[in-house]
Amino acid sequence: MITVLAFIVGLMYAAGIYLVLRRSLVKLIIGLIILGNGANLLIFILGGITKGHPPVIGSDELTLGEIYADPLPQALILTAIVIGFGLQAFAMVLLQREYVLGGVEDLDSLKDEDEDEL
Amino acid sequence: MTNDLILLPIIIQAINALVLLFLWNRIHLQRRISIFGNTLGLAVAFFLFLSVYQNGIQVTQAGNWEAPFGITFVVDLFSASMILIASLSGLAVSVFASGSMSRRRSMFVFFPIFHFLMMGILGSFMAGDLFNLYVWFEMIIIASFGLITFGGGRRQLEGALKYVTLNLLASILFITAIAFIYGMTGTLNMADIATKIHEIENKELVSISALLFFVGLGIKTAVFPLYFWLPASYHTPLSAISAIFGGLLTKVGVYTMLRIFSLFFLPDPFMSSVITIVAIFTLLAGAMGAMIQNDLRKMFSWMIVCHIGFMIAGLGMYSAVAIAGAVFYLFHDIIVKTNLFMVSGLIHRITGSFKLKKLGGLYERHPAKTLLIAIPLFSLVGIPPLSGFWPKLLLINGGIETGNHFAILAILIASFVTLFAIGKVWVEVFWKTPPNKPFRKHFYSFYDLRKVQKVGFILPIAALAAVSLFLGLGAGWVYDICEQIAIDLMEPEKYIEVILTGNK
Repeated sequence: MITVLAFIVGLMYAAGIYLVLRRSLVKLIIGLIILGNGANLLIFILGGITKGHPPVIGSDELTLGEIYADPLPQALILTAIVIGFGLQAFAMVLLQREYVLGGVEDLDSLKDEDEDEL
Repeated sequence: MTNDLILLPIIIQAINALVLLFLWNRIHLQRRISIFGNTLGLAVAFFLFLSVYQNGIQVTQAGNWEAPFGITFVVDLFSASMILIASLSGLAVSVFASGSMSRRRSMFVFFPIFHFLMMGILGSFMAGDLFNLYVWFEMIIIASFGLITFGGGRRQLEGALKYVTLNLLASILFITAIAFIYGMTGTLNMADIATKIHEIENKELVSISALLFFVGLGIKTAVFPLYFWLPASYHTPLSAISAIFGGLLTKVGVYTMLRIFSLFFLPDPFMSSVITIVAIFTLLAGAMGAMIQNDLRKMFSWMIVCHIGFMIAGLGMYSAVAIAGAVFYLFHDIIVKTNLFMVSGLIHRITGSFKLKKLGGLYERHPAKTLLIAIPLFSLVGIPPLSGFWPKLLLINGGIETGNHFAILAILIASFVTLFAIGKVWVEVFWKTPPNKPFRKHFYSFYDLRKVQKVGFILPIAALAAVSLFLGLGAGWVYDICEQIAIDLMEPEKYIEVILTGNK
């Protein structure tokens, strides 16, 4: 299981970076989303994937007895997903505004034009 | 020493931002509350600094969960001084923004976002937990996204697009590095990681995560070859926003780099040489860029890149003197860069342009203001006894001590080019006879402003110039603090012990 997931993470990073390097604005944002999700999945794997019980200590016990799943990565991913969602939403609106105002669809046509008046 | 009150600087900013959100269209009230809040924040930061200076490191654990299980907030001398300096430049920008921003509709949300940004910056200075640090970083970037698109003109959006993309990428790399560290050590508490990371047998993986941190933070810090977004975006927003960006954002990256690398990865010959080489190229590339610019703000943006090199070089040399120099430079740079962008705003308000070609004659018409502006400009160059001189002296000392001769050469070249660029600014802006100014219908020049607004322009510049003078003339005292910080950074045992055991 962990091998399969490791390959998937690698694939997601590769695909994300490839898309970010493309010139289209839409592909740029899709690439960033895939990269972000790849990073979340990476945290999940690196927390260790074990088939076990939820990390809940029973009422008559003092410590966790059996093998349990590490809850921390899940909490981290949850936070990271929410933050990532907000940032991606912002980035999408920004790209849309850029497209409407500047008519730019190709990243190469973004020039650092010298403004004359300001 | 456990002390919950160390969270006060963050809490003040949070309350400030939330209150301002409810005063959506009461601009005058917003200005006053913002200035009042930042003054309060500065006072608290000052007392926090005094307390840490006298009693040593202070820690608080969120929800009373003991470290390494809970989220730790820690203020040592380095954090406390950064909080103090950041609060200072925050207050200055608050006053400057009140004076300089027109009452356009877009101004309504500036102050709340600005306070959220300050909250993120102060939070990242006291985070003792890697993931918590990441969250503060995200808070900083989302607030800065809001500020950099401010106004929503085409130029702002183009600058913002580059800024947003690169910062999103940097966050992803940063969290990848955190994932690696968590996978290897099973903890996120920075002090706990520092004790466990040296026992890991797979040294290559540690180096890879160090590199991931370096690239992720390097994008935020704008080091060679990851800096291109900075000169492409920092000259587009309003001057008050440029000031807070130029003064603080990249410096948060430098602070984090100093903290993380001294705790986890250094001394390590491989990382040291990577950092030093990158620093040399940053110094040279930034200097070249600054030399050819004809726009005031673009030139200052390139200088940010160039001067990041000084601090990174200090980290790369990794000796007590060099780190002290880097820390000293960090303090000096925050104050001076904030001031420079405010100065560019003042010059723009007086003459109506940022272009060197269209400027001129300021010395003739405004001798007093010119004298004032001279202080930050020459502090930047490092003419003794102003504040830029002492850290460079320390860095060169550190370079001689550790035998980094190329780094010394790069530092000297970068200093000379800074001198050249500032000399160019001086000749073009202050001495040259001014070209005929074209009439602009909707431009409120400095002379049309009300008295309060004029004070809002001049006062923060004068205050930060005074701080620069203090850093330069009181260099002995500042150096003692920087030396203490450098020793704390290189021997983190005490930092680790205070966090993990909780006793003093």
